[in-house]
Amino acid sequence: MDKLSATSWQIPAVGPMRVPAVVYGSESLIRGMDEKVAEQLRNVASLPGIVRAAYAMPDAHWGYGFPVGGVAAFDADEGGVISAGGVGFDVSCGVRTHLTGLTRNQIVSVQSQLADALFREIPAGLGSHSAIALDEAEMTAMLLGGARWAIGRGHGQAEDLERIEEHGCMPGADPAEVSEQARKRQRREMGTLGSGNHYLEVQEVAEIFDNAAAAAFGLKKGECVVSIHCGSRGLGHQIGTEFMREMAIAAEASGWPLPDRELAYAPIKSDLGQRYLGAMRCAINCALANREIIGHLTRGVFSQFFSHAELPLFFDVSHNTCKVEPHHDGRSIRQLYVHRKGATRAFGPNHRSLPDELMPFGQPVLIGGSMGTASYVLAGASSGEALSFSSACHGAGRQMSRHQALKNWSGRQIVDELRGRGIIVKSPSQRGVAEEAPGAYKDVGEVVDATEAAGLAKKVAKLAPVVCIKG
Amino acid sequence: MVRQTGKKAAELKATHFPHDADIGICGIGPTLEDAFEQAALAMTEVITDPGKIELKEAVQIECDAPDAELLLVDWLNAIIFEMATRGMLFGGFKVSIEGNRLRGIATGEAISVERHSPAVEIKGATLTELAVVEDRPREWRAQCVVDV
Repeated sequence: MDKLSATSWQIPAVGPMRVPAVVYGSESLIRGMDEKVAEQLRNVASLPGIVRAAYAMPDAHWGYGFPVGGVAAFDADEGGVISAGGVGFDVSCGVRTHLTGLTRNQIVSVQSQLADALFREIPAGLGSHSAIALDEAEMTAMLLGGARWAIGRGHGQAEDLERIEEHGCMPGADPAEVSEQARKRQRREMGTLGSGNHYLEVQEVAEIFDNAAAAAFGLKKGECVVSIHCGSRGLGHQIGTEFMREMAIAAEASGWPLPDRELAYAPIKSDLGQRYLGAMRCAINCALANREIIGHLTRGVFSQFFSHAELPLFFDVSHNTCKVEPHHDGRSIRQLYVHRKGATRAFGPNHRSLPDELMPFGQPVLIGGSMGTASYVLAGASSGEALSFSSACHGAGRQMSRHQALKNWSGRQIVDELRGRGIIVKSPSQRGVAEEAPGAYKDVGEVVDATEAAGLAKKVAKLAPVVCIKG
Repeated sequence: MVRQTGKKAAELKATHFPHDADIGICGIGPTLEDAFEQAALAMTEVITDPGKIELKEAVQIECDAPDAELLLVDWLNAIIFEMATRGMLFGGFKVSIEGNRLRGIATGEAISVERHSPAVEIKGATLTELAVVEDRPREWRAQCVVDV
């Protein structure tokens, strides 16, 4: 790789690569990246219709065809493609954060009971079920309406919509492209957290880096927020499974060069490409509805302890999507299909998608750390547009396999250690906790510092965990 | 972790291999079918100890795929689908394969969070590190990474 700056490296376009690959990060983060990241980026850079470069964020690691932390934009008019691997199995997995207006002391005064209530009321983990069961008509309405549907059914508040990407409803969703299996898999999963690296966390605003932005965002040092990390649940997973398979078979049948079977794709202007778009947008709506429902359940739990806490939604971001966005290429504005796989959209100040009060500061970017370490709130930077189509990192990324984490730690040990630091962790599985041990993750602070240094987004606040609910 | 099915214990293996964010599963056995069965056991082991699952209810699974590798992915994804939609975990598997057509039976019971303590939910079987090969005569290996 050629060094472009202290925080960016480039793999020049050689061989089948149509554009260069650019990796953002500190030197130590990049040296620590697995070698698959470069290989996968080279493959992505070879795809038809790719524009400018294939990008990797500072938290990039080995993914499915696309590296996790990968960003790539395609022009449909130039034979551009869409890849289900470039979106992933958890379509529109993302993070939302609610403000509480409560201090850490207020939370700590009921910490144990609040943790128990959240664990009881928010369905999480394998074997949990939602109280909401969708029939066929409601499923279709949800796939079309997203968070807007959830609010209409009493599972949210109308004011939330302007704080969710796409105002809570992804246009272009086509429920006819969602299979019966995907619908079946989702029927009892609306408003469930999932498992693995998903969580619901009560966090203290521990440090402010940008006073003006923090004030506009409603973040006050010593006050608490609630963050929820999850995605499109079984429906999204099934859509990912089905279309990755279909794209792999179709690409091979059509004789399209596939450097990696998992980087299967379809031309955007093809029947398969359009069908995937229609289904993927449904999955985005499913994720938006899911987080809206969980947010509302959380409000209900908090109201049991703090009758005046309204928990307004600060913001909701997604980090596994492909969205059509206008981007300037130096000469004109082009509509590009931007894949962000484990990467967050980070529009800069004055972007027209932002609500008025956030416009001067840029889009909030919510970065989850691991359980027990910090999370961060960033704001999109104008410089990000030219650097990465306004994209930033999404989280710490793992530095150790689950296998190794189980060898290093027990769940009991982790829970006790965190309890000693004032953090309550609730999970149905001790093994799950061990696999999610803080030590298994990279240093999110280093990732966020590199993201800022690279000009992708700016640090606004650091959040410290107080209660963590895992599935 | 080994499951005996009338074959020598040493011939059958269900193991995991490391992958950054997710988990690799691998099944080894004297026949292709054995390898598929062991891979399914290895996948169950990601969630819980298969020994904790009572074999009460059988679910039929049928798959067709263009090649053996996609057949493995289809088999595993079909099990994932049945787990998700039936709320079950499976601890016993029986497979017969003719060409690229699989007929299988997965046997298990309803998930009990108390007894099974499921560690994680599997989102899907991926094409990463996907292999279905006869490494040596009578030693078939079926593996892939599953997304958690």
